[in-house]
Amino acid sequence: MSNNQAIQLGRIDWVTVGLYLFFVFFGWMNIYSAAYDASQPNLFDFDKEYGRQSLWILISFTLAVLTLLVEGDFFNKLAVFIYAFFVLLLMLVLVIGKEVNGAKAWFGVGSFGIQPSEFSKIGVGLLLSKYISSTGAKFKNWKTRLIAAAIIGFPACLILLQPDVGSVLTFTAFIFVMYREGLSGNVLIIGLGAIVFGVLSIISGATTIDFPFAGEQSGVWVLIIIVAIISILGWLFVKNFIVPRNRKTLYWIIAISSVASIAFSLSVSYIVEKVLEPHHRERIYVMLSMPVEREGADYNSQMAKITVGSGGFFGKGFLEGPMTQNNYVPEQWTDFIFSAVAEEWGFVGSVLVIGLFVYLIIRIINMAERQRSQFSRVYGYCVASIFFLHLLINVGMVIGLAPIIGIPLPFFSFGGSSLMGFTLLLFIFLRLDSERLSIFR
Amino acid sequence: MNLDGRRITIILIVGVIGIIYAIRLLFLQVINDEWKNQGVALTEKEVIVYPSRGLIYDRKGRLLVTNQTVYDLMVLPKDVKPFDTLAFCKLVNLSIDELRSGLLKAISWPNVKYKPSPLIKQITPPEYARISEELYKYPGFFGTPRTLRIYPQSIGALLLGDVAEIDKGELEKKPDYRRGDYIGKSGIEKAYENELRGTRGVKYVFRDNLGIERNVAEGKLDVAAVEGTDLIATIDAELQRFGEELMVNKRGCIVAIEPKTGEILALVSAPTYDPNLLVGRARGNNFRALNLDKQKPLFNRATQAQYRPGSIFKLAQSATALQLGIITPQTRIVCNRGIIGCHGSHSNDDLEMAIVHSCNPYFRGVMQRVVEADRDKTSRFKDARIGLDIWQGYIKRFGFGSNLGTDIPNVKTGLVPGVAYYDKWYGEFQWAFSTIYSLSIGEGEMLVTPLQMANMACLIANRGYFISPHTVKQIGIGGRPRDEYLVRYDSGIDTAHFTTIINAMEKVVGPGGTAGRAKLKDIVICGKTGTVQNEPKEDHAVFVCFAPKDDPKIAMAVYVENAGFGGTWAAPIASMMIEKYLNDTVSNVSEKKRILEANFLDR
Ligand SMILES: [Zn+2]
Repeated sequence: MSNNQAIQLGRIDWVTVGLYLFFVFFGWMNIYSAAYDASQPNLFDFDKEYGRQSLWILISFTLAVLTLLVEGDFFNKLAVFIYAFFVLLLMLVLVIGKEVNGAKAWFGVGSFGIQPSEFSKIGVGLLLSKYISSTGAKFKNWKTRLIAAAIIGFPACLILLQPDVGSVLTFTAFIFVMYREGLSGNVLIIGLGAIVFGVLSIISGATTIDFPFAGEQSGVWVLIIIVAIISILGWLFVKNFIVPRNRKTLYWIIAISSVASIAFSLSVSYIVEKVLEPHHRERIYVMLSMPVEREGADYNSQMAKITVGSGGFFGKGFLEGPMTQNNYVPEQWTDFIFSAVAEEWGFVGSVLVIGLFVYLIIRIINMAERQRSQFSRVYGYCVASIFFLHLLINVGMVIGLAPIIGIPLPFFSFGGSSLMGFTLLLFIFLRLDSERLSIFR
Repeated sequence: MNLDGRRITIILIVGVIGIIYAIRLLFLQVINDEWKNQGVALTEKEVIVYPSRGLIYDRKGRLLVTNQTVYDLMVLPKDVKPFDTLAFCKLVNLSIDELRSGLLKAISWPNVKYKPSPLIKQITPPEYARISEELYKYPGFFGTPRTLRIYPQSIGALLLGDVAEIDKGELEKKPDYRRGDYIGKSGIEKAYENELRGTRGVKYVFRDNLGIERNVAEGKLDVAAVEGTDLIATIDAELQRFGEELMVNKRGCIVAIEPKTGEILALVSAPTYDPNLLVGRARGNNFRALNLDKQKPLFNRATQAQYRPGSIFKLAQSATALQLGIITPQTRIVCNRGIIGCHGSHSNDDLEMAIVHSCNPYFRGVMQRVVEADRDKTSRFKDARIGLDIWQGYIKRFGFGSNLGTDIPNVKTGLVPGVAYYDKWYGEFQWAFSTIYSLSIGEGEMLVTPLQMANMACLIANRGYFISPHTVKQIGIGGRPRDEYLVRYDSGIDTAHFTTIINAMEKVVGPGGTAGRAKLKDIVICGKTGTVQNEPKEDHAVFVCFAPKDDPKIAMAVYVENAGFGGTWAAPIASMMIEKYLNDTVSNVSEKKRILEANFLDR
């Protein structure tokens, strides 16, 4: 096996490259439309977002080509250094970073800024892949779980210090990767259960109910009473219908799960009602369609939904969306870019974009599965999962199914860091994939 | 451990999310109209197209009221970017605090940041031209035109009236007005509001990607505005201006009417003010100042002041008595000054001379014959009731005690006391002629407005009828007045009975008459002076007249408060007005100077 692999063009997955190019250029079009200013219609006007994006696109293309020229083995061997480099940047940004919207997340150079958190996922993906593909790693062991959690958690904590909760949330993408590599499926189920139960706790916690004997209390107690009743019913069921030798284990399961859910429910409701700042609480309420007190607290969410709805089936057409053209959605070209797509290209366009994203993610998963090298496979899953999390949260936010969390839609949202970050993330995998037939790692 | 199924699980999760999102989009974009409608509500707007308010011209085609475009500086908060507030404040001439509170108001409920609110109202065109040159530097600020009323002649403030934003009370009563709409508040502006206003149009527009407003559905939904109707007023601007000039430094009024048509030629209430004061931004302050002015310039003395009629009422008394057949022109009554005073040297006048001398005992006698005619022989109390009833019927047909059907808003009706009035005052059968005889000479409880006195002059000039005095002769250029201003009101007094009265009036304005000063060389004026007692202050000088005698073109009532004798102050004013109107000159320059210099404001 040669240590000096030249790129073999025929082995690059050109379909993915094609999708990538489509997303980037279609994204650029929509940025152009969202930030359109009749007095500055030049596509390359650096005063405007579309002009700057053209520069980012050029840089990203260069990075993509360079990445394809780098030998795949390089990423495996240097995974630790790449990880360390980005962690270092994350530390540095806390010290010398520029504060934008209350978060120290940017290295600023004039009007151009670099956001290291958008790149750090590459480091995490590479190192996680390297670790999981190493011989000792087994997800049955607590040690493996802890090390994997540390690899993910360390940069996540640094980002939390900025603070940028949205970016941290995308790190949950790696749960899918670990699930694929052997982490118990209960993690997913418990996670899903916790989300449902958490939502119920928030909704009930926001109400007060006049209890008999106890007076006015938080509505979360209704939920707790229901949990208690279910536990008692479960206990009665076990006592009467289960053979005695299994009873003890089940009693424990019932006891632990009921105590855990009561504690979880109480703490979620306590955190939302008492610990969170009002504007954070409002965001959660807005997402859950609960009433908010302050006029205009749900402005962005409302405007995004109206903009999406304004598109109708076929869309209003390029540069013709009244909501988009009149800037009803603030900074639409960044996190809300999907609303511009939806308004000007309609249901047809927005479903096409979602469909192509789903297709790209599934394609990457399938490509990952065809790798002989476990490193490449795990990394492939990292890429797919990160894209998925961004799609899930970003589009969910625009269409009112997720809270307003500021994370970009890959390749679409305006911004150099995210475009370069996602480009590198994808093209490293494309390079690894092009070597799939010749390498066992 | 077999992990092959996990790929499928992950793919399924991704796929299911994709499908959920697609379904959600289907609802948001295709099935559910709620969001689409909200979008339309935000981006497409219904623009009210305000018709321009009708113009008002005088009877000779001179422009009295017109429209001027001014600009409201609007702010659309969502478009505002950080800007140089100091430079902006300097540009638009606001203090920082005013700017701050204005912007705060623009984003406070019920204003929202994506709807424009006015920051500064009614900027004049030259000022706006200066501001608009710099306005491009301040996104989110723009001007919208608005029209204001202006009064190029600066005359006839109370007659023409004014417009202002509709207030809450009116808004509740008039559902087709909206907040911020302008409405006529007084004068012709109020009386002819429906004609002047026109019909509002609606235009549906949206802003396209160039920020240009475009029609929705190619304007098919739009409703065109109908411009307000222009009016030709009955007044003669030059006569009105001259009247206002003569009344400077005086309280009082002049009402001049063309007898044949009831058209008001001039309606002066003094002191007056420039109608342009009640326009635009300064309106509020100026209105307050005028309202507090001790001389009450907002009080229309011509239509709202109610005076005792005084001696000029003897004309109506004469006509009534003649028609009742109680006297003839030859009837003589001794000037018995025991019960009621008199002036001048006469002792036993006939009707004509009694009018010329304004003989009080004569008219007391006339009134006695009207009221105490032995219609009921059992009781003089009952007899007086029947007599007063008959008298009141005639007097009311002169237009007294009514609003005359005029188009001037808020006129007072005055008072013609009758049986019910005195019953209430003294009790039934508690009063007789002796109680009420002061009515005979226009004193006592009777109240009239100057407009009613001018109308009486018209009635006499027309020898028996009048047409409701009105202020608009053509609705629409070349149009007609309102139908009711083509109707004659008959006084019920035969034309023949006016001959003696008119001859007497001619003598009043003749050599030795009480209004001898008012005589003109080539125009025969018929008039009657009066003085309304006003103790402890100086009397009001009053004069009613018409001219020329044989083909009356103008009838008039002139009131000068606290000026003294009618013949000295009111009659010369009337005379100059007549000459001005008929000959367009004033020959007696010294008399004009004397009037112009007189000042009765402090009396
Ligand atoms: Zn006498």
